[in-house]
Amino acid sequence: MLSAQDMQEAAAHGRHVRAVYVYEAPVRLWHWVNALAITVLAFTGYFIASPLPSQPGEASENFLMGYIRFAHFSAGYVLLIGFLGRIYWAVVGNNHARQLFILPLFNRTWWKEVLFELRWYLFLEPDPKKYVGHNPLAQLSMFVLFLSASVFMIVTGFALYGEGAQAGSWAHTLFTSWVIPLFGQSQDVHTWHHVGLWVIVLFVMLHIYAAIREDIMSRQSMVSTMLSGWRLFKDDKP
Amino acid sequence: MVETFYEVMRRQGITRRSFLKFCSLTAASLGLGPSFVPKIAHAMETKPRTPVLWLHGLECTCCSESFIRSGHPLAKDAVLSMISLDYDDTIMTAAGHQAEAILEEVMTKYKGNYILAVEGNPPLNQEGMSCIIGGKPFLDQLKHVAKDCKAIISWGSCASWGCVQAAKPNPTQATPVHKVITDKPIIKVPGCPPIAEVMTGVITYMLTFDRIPELDRQGRPKMFYGQRIHDKCYRRPHFDAGQFAEAWDDEGSRKGYCLYKMGCKGPTTYNACSTVRWNGGVSFPIQSGHGCIGCSEDGFWDKGGFYDRVTDINAFGVESNADKIGMGTAGVVGAAVVAHAAVSAIKQTRQSRNKPGQDE
Repeated sequence: MLSAQDMQEAAAHGRHVRAVYVYEAPVRLWHWVNALAITVLAFTGYFIASPLPSQPGEASENFLMGYIRFAHFSAGYVLLIGFLGRIYWAVVGNNHARQLFILPLFNRTWWKEVLFELRWYLFLEPDPKKYVGHNPLAQLSMFVLFLSASVFMIVTGFALYGEGAQAGSWAHTLFTSWVIPLFGQSQDVHTWHHVGLWVIVLFVMLHIYAAIREDIMSRQSMVSTMLSGWRLFKDDKP
Repeated sequence: MVETFYEVMRRQGITRRSFLKFCSLTAASLGLGPSFVPKIAHAMETKPRTPVLWLHGLECTCCSESFIRSGHPLAKDAVLSMISLDYDDTIMTAAGHQAEAILEEVMTKYKGNYILAVEGNPPLNQEGMSCIIGGKPFLDQLKHVAKDCKAIISWGSCASWGCVQAAKPNPTQATPVHKVITDKPIIKVPGCPPIAEVMTGVITYMLTFDRIPELDRQGRPKMFYGQRIHDKCYRRPHFDAGQFAEAWDDEGSRKGYCLYKMGCKGPTTYNACSTVRWNGGVSFPIQSGHGCIGCSEDGFWDKGGFYDRVTDINAFGVESNADKIGMGTAGVVGAAVVAHAAVSAIKQTRQSRNKPGQDE
């Protein structure tokens, strides 16, 4: 179950290391592709709303805004296709692949553990618990800040894309035709899509901070898990 | 005997040559091929004129002003004659009881066959007292006339969305027509005002084909409101190139660069200004160096400044734009993360000191 290096390290530290295979290869690949797409989307998106200073010369010599928008739309497609692939993997993958999509809202112990994790983050609990997948608080914030925000951004984003692609395009038929009337008008969709950018930025800040902090302070591996797929536990206590 | 459009036009001194020119121009403006010109001519020659009752609610008459300036030389005479505009209190000769009598006469004579054109909208507060027509609230007149009409044309942003009188806080509760009349087909022709040729184009289409034009989900004719100003803007190459006017008196502004950064709403406004243009195709706002203010869009008064790119949110009691809210929140969360990290570091150090060897 352990890689040679893990075994060596475990031996060197004179400590029993237990490891579980949590994130399968498609999930890890999706995570990093998604991270890249979101980075591109966030920066290009910001510069679509607040463009860079004017380019000198003939209009025919420049295509800056065009390239920025192209990068935004391409990354948007990557996000969408990755998301669909991720849903597929939630169906066929292991149990942990489903955790992002389903909240055990009617499970009382789960809610208790959400509170426990909240107390842990508020420094009210001395020791953290062990989790193979996400801890309940992480799962909750993933669902609200990441999953819902992503769906919102995909829907509003492709609704705006469909405006340019125009009536008859798939994006217009699937999204633009109902999203724009729902919000009232195009400008509102732009505004809320822009708010969505900041929600994603907040998620990225919290996500990276929490992952690094947990890597150091919790009782299991975090960052390396998303690279290797293996969750390593630092101690043997329950 | 009911006169046809053609007969009326001829009677008013319009030559056949001018009539045919009108037909071909109308076909062109509707995006139809040359083969439709004889069809339009035929329809005009054979169909009886459709009576149109034009009501004025809470409005500024800019729609009427636009309409009577329909760019083509013939449009003013021809359209006003061809539709048999039987009631329009602003431009009709009759007044008082005489005028109101015509309304009743048309309603009984052409029951279910007349078109109701509404300019402006009814205010609902104070029992509709903010707009009185012939001694009664406009709301009553609108409901009464709408009862037996064939279809309703909502002229302008007032009738279509509510426009300035419905802008926050909307003290008279001005309400667009489609929220008051729900059992009739409604064609929205938004704009403040709508383009004259769009107005005459919609009417001509309805008369020619005897049906209402194809509408989008929000009830606007697709042929005029299917694309954004931005999609057909002649300054679009500067947008794609990343060349923007940054101030009203800068080099970019003089060179005719894209007005996106100056808050032009072209990218979010569905209208035909960049193709049909105004005043007989002379110009349109962007061509004159001013950004589009989005006057044909729902609630365009309440989106913050006409000169802002990232506009205000105006929801949940918030009146700020996405960037201000986002950067503010990101700053707070960022500070919280740093503080949390610092406390975590202290805790971690203390723990490893208290339990030496345990976390080694």
